[in-house]
Amino acid sequence: MSSHYEAPIRKPLIAGDKSYHDISVDIARPIETPPNRDWWIAFTISLIAFLWGVGCIIYTIGTGIGSWGLNKTVGWAWDITNFVWWIGIGHAGTLISAVLLLFRQKWRMGINRSAEAMTIFSVIQAGLFPIIHMGRPWLAYWMFPIPNQFGSLWVNFNSPLLWDVFAISTYLTVSLVFWWTGLLPDFAMIRDRAVKPFQKKIYSLVSFGWSGRAKDWQRFEEVSLVLAGLATPLVLSVHTIVSYDFATSVIPGWHTTIFPPYFVAGAIFSGFAMVQTLLIITRKVLKLESYITLQHIELMNIIIMITGSIVGCAYITELFIAWYSGVEYEQFAFLNRATGPYWWAYFLMMTCNVVSPQIMWIKKIRTSIIISFIISIVVNVGMWFERFVIIVTSLHRDYLPSSWTMFSPTFIDIGIFIGTIGFFFVLFLLYARSFPVIAQAEVKSILKSSGEKYKTLRDNHE
Amino acid sequence: MSKNNLHVLFDDDDILLEAIKKIREKKYYINEVYTPFPVHGLDKALGLAPTRIAIAAFIYGCIGFTVAILMMNYIMIVDWPQNIGGKPSFSFIENMPSFVPIMFEMTVFFAAHLMVLTFYMKSKLWPFKKAENPNPLTTDNMFLIDMESGDDLNKLKVFLKKTGAVSIEVIEKNENEK
Repeated sequence: MSSHYEAPIRKPLIAGDKSYHDISVDIARPIETPPNRDWWIAFTISLIAFLWGVGCIIYTIGTGIGSWGLNKTVGWAWDITNFVWWIGIGHAGTLISAVLLLFRQKWRMGINRSAEAMTIFSVIQAGLFPIIHMGRPWLAYWMFPIPNQFGSLWVNFNSPLLWDVFAISTYLTVSLVFWWTGLLPDFAMIRDRAVKPFQKKIYSLVSFGWSGRAKDWQRFEEVSLVLAGLATPLVLSVHTIVSYDFATSVIPGWHTTIFPPYFVAGAIFSGFAMVQTLLIITRKVLKLESYITLQHIELMNIIIMITGSIVGCAYITELFIAWYSGVEYEQFAFLNRATGPYWWAYFLMMTCNVVSPQIMWIKKIRTSIIISFIISIVVNVGMWFERFVIIVTSLHRDYLPSSWTMFSPTFIDIGIFIGTIGFFFVLFLLYARSFPVIAQAEVKSILKSSGEKYKTLRDNHE
Repeated sequence: MSKNNLHVLFDDDDILLEAIKKIREKKYYINEVYTPFPVHGLDKALGLAPTRIAIAAFIYGCIGFTVAILMMNYIMIVDWPQNIGGKPSFSFIENMPSFVPIMFEMTVFFAAHLMVLTFYMKSKLWPFKKAENPNPLTTDNMFLIDMESGDDLNKLKVFLKKTGAVSIEVIEKNENEK
């Protein structure tokens, strides 16, 4: 027992009187029982939204990008906004599982599986947008450095858009193997419990024959640690490179050296907000309150508050630098952003991202589940508007006042965005019913140090 | 000599570690241990050599880094040098800064994927592989030691019961030896 000692000041991460077997039962329950009516309602709504999006994508590909609201001045709008928004959301998963693993934060174990699932699902949504925007998506493989029939014409390695291709494909595939490797022991647990032959077959297939030998576990832990070490700089590099898409341009409002850290902080901010949104519902519906406790929610709120403040600092720094640079175009871009025709988008961004998370300083508020849920949604709305503000307000009034214009989305723009939200939730809802949503093997390994039962047992003993 | 294998079940990780220590002190041979989660200190208790998979990952990363440099040097400098944005690509070193992001990405890509593949191959994990844990409870809450029975089975059983074993199953090895 003494080898599992943990300071009493640390709150338990597994609530209630749980044994190893109870953990298996609780995690396997959503998979072994049929979904209820609410799940079907949510799934149907998501599926309809997804199908609407598919229709709009087919229309775009059939008709052309002209079906979007883009014009001569604003050549990038909702597509890239949605791309950056989804990629940003996709950052929390790796952050939770990799960075918190390196910092030995045990509270990651209750949430890392779902956060990584969210990462993969949202990177899929993000990847859709640049591919649709190509106009001829069936030629998407031209992005890869492959010899082609036109002679030795290669891709341009000086272009941040190509860096993006490499960064995002590396991020997606590495996140996927990180996720799947962690899933093996949990799939094996489901496999060994399964009674129905079909279920047993499926989980045998996906668990890759995991047996849990001592040597396997030794390698498993080393692989997880090294993957975390690789994924940590990777996750920072991905959004850094996304920000280069803008920062290496010469457009006032985009040409800013603060972009990489600012984008990374914003990504963590919106990613944690999305994890919060999803897990507050998941823990309730799947009855996992013992594993995703109020302590987890509070810690995530603190991260949202901190990253929100970093983002706020970045907004103010941008304004200051625009003034201090003495470049009148830069000054105009930021003045126009805050007071021009898109002032309402700027105002929404400021209130949602900078002001709203500040209420988390109050303990009563950050431990309230309903307020946490509302704030998490507000933050994601705000982060969508941040990308919209950066992209559209920097473009819509360029150097030539005769070409100044506004952007208004068509129903196709809106449809594709709604479609990706639907697709995301379709994937997440299917995941919640077929995957072990908590890394049960890892949770079992901290039961004796961080379980409520063992902690109180130790406290009473001393 | 030892004809049989024993499957000894435990229901607690701390008792398992203590038992392994005592079994090894008595010079019994342990074939394998199956656990539902990573038990801290199990590899040391069993005397397993540390894994070299991190070293492999480092080497894979170096390969990825080299591949990235060779690829971009060939494509951008050797095969078809172009003047992009007033920045002609006639020397690798002067164009190198804009190649850094992809050098990094490819280092990570090679290191991560080849390391995971090595892990899967070494630990025999792939789709359609049959699981080899002898008792399905070892992925739930039980810990199993697969060991050789030695000469005196009854003495061993009493000893194992004393270390905290929940159940002991004798597995006949006869078909292998015939």
